[in-house]
Amino acid sequence: MHLLVCGGTSCRASESALIAESLKRELEEKGLGNEVQVVMTGCFGLCEQGPVVKVMPDNTFYVKVRPEDAAVIVAEHVIKGRPVQRLLYVNPATGEHVSGSGQMGSFRKQIRIALRNCGFINPENIDEYIAREGYAAIGKCVSELSSADVIDIMKRSGLRGRGGAGFPTGLKWEIASKNQADQKYVVCNADEGDPGAFMDRSVLEGDPHSVLEAMAICGYAIGASKGLIYIRAEYPLAIQRLKIAIAQARDYGLLGNNILGSDFSFDIDLRYGAGAFVCGEETALIHSMEGMRGEPTNKPPFPAESGFMGRPSNVNNVETFASVPVIINRGWEWFSSIGTEKSKGTKVFALAGKINNVGLIEVPMGITLREIIFEIGGGIKNGKKFKAVQTGGPSGGCLTEHHLDTPIDFDNLVAVGSMMGSGGMIVMDEDDCMVSIAKFFLEFTVEESCGKCAPCRIGNKRIYELLTHITKGNGTLADLDRLRNMCNVIKDTSLCGLGQTSPNPVLSTMENFMDEYLAHVTEKRCPAGSCRDLMKYTIIEEKCVGCTACARGCPVNAISGERKEPHFIDQEKCIKCGACFERCKFGAVLIN
Amino acid sequence: MSSIKIELRKEDVDKINEICDSFDNEPLELINILHKTQEHFGYLPAEIQEAIASKLDISVAQVYGVVTFYSFFTMTPKGRHPISICMGTACYVRGAEKVLDEFKKELAIQVGQTTPDGKFSLSSLRCVGACGLAPVVLIGEKTYGRVAPDDVQDILKEYQ
Repeated sequence: MHLLVCGGTSCRASESALIAESLKRELEEKGLGNEVQVVMTGCFGLCEQGPVVKVMPDNTFYVKVRPEDAAVIVAEHVIKGRPVQRLLYVNPATGEHVSGSGQMGSFRKQIRIALRNCGFINPENIDEYIAREGYAAIGKCVSELSSADVIDIMKRSGLRGRGGAGFPTGLKWEIASKNQADQKYVVCNADEGDPGAFMDRSVLEGDPHSVLEAMAICGYAIGASKGLIYIRAEYPLAIQRLKIAIAQARDYGLLGNNILGSDFSFDIDLRYGAGAFVCGEETALIHSMEGMRGEPTNKPPFPAESGFMGRPSNVNNVETFASVPVIINRGWEWFSSIGTEKSKGTKVFALAGKINNVGLIEVPMGITLREIIFEIGGGIKNGKKFKAVQTGGPSGGCLTEHHLDTPIDFDNLVAVGSMMGSGGMIVMDEDDCMVSIAKFFLEFTVEESCGKCAPCRIGNKRIYELLTHITKGNGTLADLDRLRNMCNVIKDTSLCGLGQTSPNPVLSTMENFMDEYLAHVTEKRCPAGSCRDLMKYTIIEEKCVGCTACARGCPVNAISGERKEPHFIDQEKCIKCGACFERCKFGAVLIN
Repeated sequence: MSSIKIELRKEDVDKINEICDSFDNEPLELINILHKTQEHFGYLPAEIQEAIASKLDISVAQVYGVVTFYSFFTMTPKGRHPISICMGTACYVRGAEKVLDEFKKELAIQVGQTTPDGKFSLSSLRCVGACGLAPVVLIGEKTYGRVAPDDVQDILKEYQ
């Protein structure tokens, strides 16, 4: 029997390491230390319900476990074989306790390829990876396949880059393989910067070996002997597990000279980012790896021609790499049978925001937003109304109710004004103001723009200022035209992907929620009630009992009125701090 | 470059040289060298940058350019309890901004500043990937999840 404890960042933050320790101690005390193993795994993808403990082979999920629950899990489940009812997942639709992942709505409809080992194996033990077909793919490559065969398999599989733009992976490898040089590099882009996306980190934390193996396969295919992983310094746990994994793989002869007795040699080093979103762009990433400012340069030359140290380099994202070994093992026919015509396989999404099941999901391409949000995600939090879902992070757009039944793939998302991006999916409800959301993303872009090209450096700042203007109630109809024009200019003239996509959140919210922009501009009103400067506090005469609590609490003395008489707010003086609303015990202060 | 003037002691310079040597004084490793140096000193004031530049035989401007480009590097010392508020999208839509405002109000400092007694410093960061716990606040190594503005006073009391 195995007790799997989630060791992902979200669960760790809720003391999952302590739970694992308590379970071990309980088992020792009961003399079961040798029979039942406690394993810290990677992310299960059920972050909302964390910390999560899974009992195998029973396949029972315990959610929101506290360290003190260890005793009852061991006494009841391990010893007596009775699941602990109170710790089981409750299906929000029926209110029933369900035990197995098969019965949980969030796991149905998911197909796990990139996340195949996350939550199943101990990421710090190479033997567990090997037991699940690990390093079989690189073995097959060096013994049975030529590098041209490997590239052919990748091309036929239809795998496209999971980092955002969706460039065909096989084609990328082919280009890199054709460029001759004394040294080539395989680069793994683990600079996951999209706010709200954490799939790459979960793969690295939960299954680091799959990335190492895939990089070696890529090295074999393009003729490179050196691999580099560029990882964010903000991911200490992922860095630690990668270091352990690299050391173990070297020990086993799966990295280093003459891998598995062949004449193919390959080794991997880590490079650290230091907090710059633009470094996700491949030319910027390469400059950062060279110890410089992470500023992008014009393409061509593409990294496949002239990349790290001026040598041909193939850059792929973590999730892309994680899908590679399975494709080699199970064949391109199998992989390309999943998904849509032009987007094959699966995609990992980080589901977050106002949704019941926040977490990591992996679904086949072509699934609809409705299935993701209402079936897998369990619907909107607190029974509120769905308003929009933001995909593609700061480069993407907002999709609305009209798009709920659009099959999701690379091309369809672009067609409706968003993009796949790295896979962050933030769900918003009726309380979210779309103008503020657009402003939020622009604030991010302004901060993260590297400043090299003028359209991105100056233009985004101007857009941000205009949006601020509008949310403060000072916008005009002419501002909306100006906004749209400026967005189009920035898209057309920026140097790299960051600037070329940064106006998308504005354009897509203008496209889908023009009525909200108009309300801000013409009526000076925020329909979602979130823009503070547009809020108006008034006192309902009938409800006011004249207790004077509001007047005493007002920091600017804007409220007047006699004791036991209805009070009145002077709108000229009011600074909209909300103190009166918080103090009123009679619900007499109205916000609109 | 920075308003704080410090005098590097001999052992500080030795430490910097030792770090640079461990990377073979290779300018390509500048970011790694800065990571190690900041780990040791806590921040990267102008004097330290000058020492690194002279050891690696590159211009101070190049070092300064890199330090100021990346948000992970700081030229001012952090507080004993550095507070970071996640401003990723998931935390934002669940009210992180109000939590940040509350910290600003309670500590009377802005983002990027340290309290005069050196106890707390405030920063915002982009997504720690604990979106299930949004909004998230980090104080030192400790993570606080589902933080509401009303919780802020109690959280700060833990460090009194």
